[in-house]
Amino acid sequence: MKRSLIDILDLSVEELDELVTKAQDIMANPAKYAHKCDGKKLATMFYEPSTRTRLSFEAAMYELGGNVLSVASAASSSAAKGESVADTAKMISCYADILAMRHPKEGAPLVAAMNATIPVVNAGDGGHNHPTQTLADLLTIHCEKGRFDNLTIGLCGDLKFGRTVHSLIAAMCRYPGVKFVLISPTELKLPSYVKTEHIKPSGHTYEQTTDLESVMPELDVLYMTRVQKERFFNEEDYLRLKDSYILTPDKLKNAKKDLIIMHPLPRVNEISVAVDNDPRACYFKQALYGKFMREALILKLLEVE
Amino acid sequence: MNIDSIQNGIVIDHIAAGRGMQLYHLLHLDQLDCSVAIIKNVHSKKMGRKDIIKVDAAIDVDIDAIGYVDPNATVNIIRDGKLAEKRDICLPEQLVNVIRCKNPRCISTTEQELPQVFILTDRKKGVYRCRYCETKAER
Repeated sequence: MKRSLIDILDLSVEELDELVTKAQDIMANPAKYAHKCDGKKLATMFYEPSTRTRLSFEAAMYELGGNVLSVASAASSSAAKGESVADTAKMISCYADILAMRHPKEGAPLVAAMNATIPVVNAGDGGHNHPTQTLADLLTIHCEKGRFDNLTIGLCGDLKFGRTVHSLIAAMCRYPGVKFVLISPTELKLPSYVKTEHIKPSGHTYEQTTDLESVMPELDVLYMTRVQKERFFNEEDYLRLKDSYILTPDKLKNAKKDLIIMHPLPRVNEISVAVDNDPRACYFKQALYGKFMREALILKLLEVE
Repeated sequence: MNIDSIQNGIVIDHIAAGRGMQLYHLLHLDQLDCSVAIIKNVHSKKMGRKDIIKVDAAIDVDIDAIGYVDPNATVNIIRDGKLAEKRDICLPEQLVNVIRCKNPRCISTTEQELPQVFILTDRKKGVYRCRYCETKAER
């Protein structure tokens, strides 16, 4: 049966573990996988700007020996002529074996999956879901910390519109002993449904604060996010909140020696460039891990052994 | 206050007081040609106050819409002036084309002919979320 990935919770914990294991095997033995997707085609439809996610998907497919069909923007696709997502998905099913879609409308990749005859991967739908970023985040945590359980995870910045934050919390809630520290300005607090529908039922604890430095010593993982201009209807609010948290070497003085600093990227100014040389900075490695996780995902959805 | 009894039609009874008008709109009863009575704030031994809707025609009503507005409501089908059938009402697992998603970023606001689907995500609290964007339905 055709499988798609729309929400990180579409994957069971066992499937996530299997993807992490597969991605680590691809990292260790790239030659073994170099021709696994010979003759297969990935279509990338990105209706919103993206550098990393699109290139990561395309690099992943090329490294598996497959090919890529790409439409870079909505302006150069039939969407500009008013074609529906459903029709686009049916049409792409005629040309490609798997589709990765980013769309500004929330739920668009689900509509694509309902109409396509090929697997669809949600590569980000507005402020809603971004499951392959979560896959990248999970592989980063596993490779850098060696486990998913018993971690204190600080999430800092825009926790309201930050889709990667919501998905990461949903995924990490399935592992025991995880504590969340939610660091944000009051206006960008984590939506209450994420707490009531994910954190509380899982029995995990969380702490909310506006002060990053006060909680720094207890963190095993610090997940920084950007205040995203495109999620605001009102520019004044964006300008007021955009510089709420800027991570500098000074603020890391009391952090654990084995802390890992993550960021889904792109970074604007929320992490000072001076932090990049700190061995605890993992955000560029995180982008690399994302490619291996997407390779593992493509293999799974195409049912390639 | 007297409302004529009906010969052939539907009586939706035991609607929580204040929700009758919402149900009237969700069932599109404003589009009917027959007589429709909305009786608000009726004294009820069981509920204190309740709303009742009487429709003087044998129409099909969307049971899911009634369950969404008030799962404790009752539906009585009247034939030849007598109670012919009672329909069970419960909170439906999903709502199709009953309510609309109010999230302007949701695909359902722009995609042609996409059904408006809401899924029951919390039965205890009666929470429905849009199938596409997961926005909570506002009651």
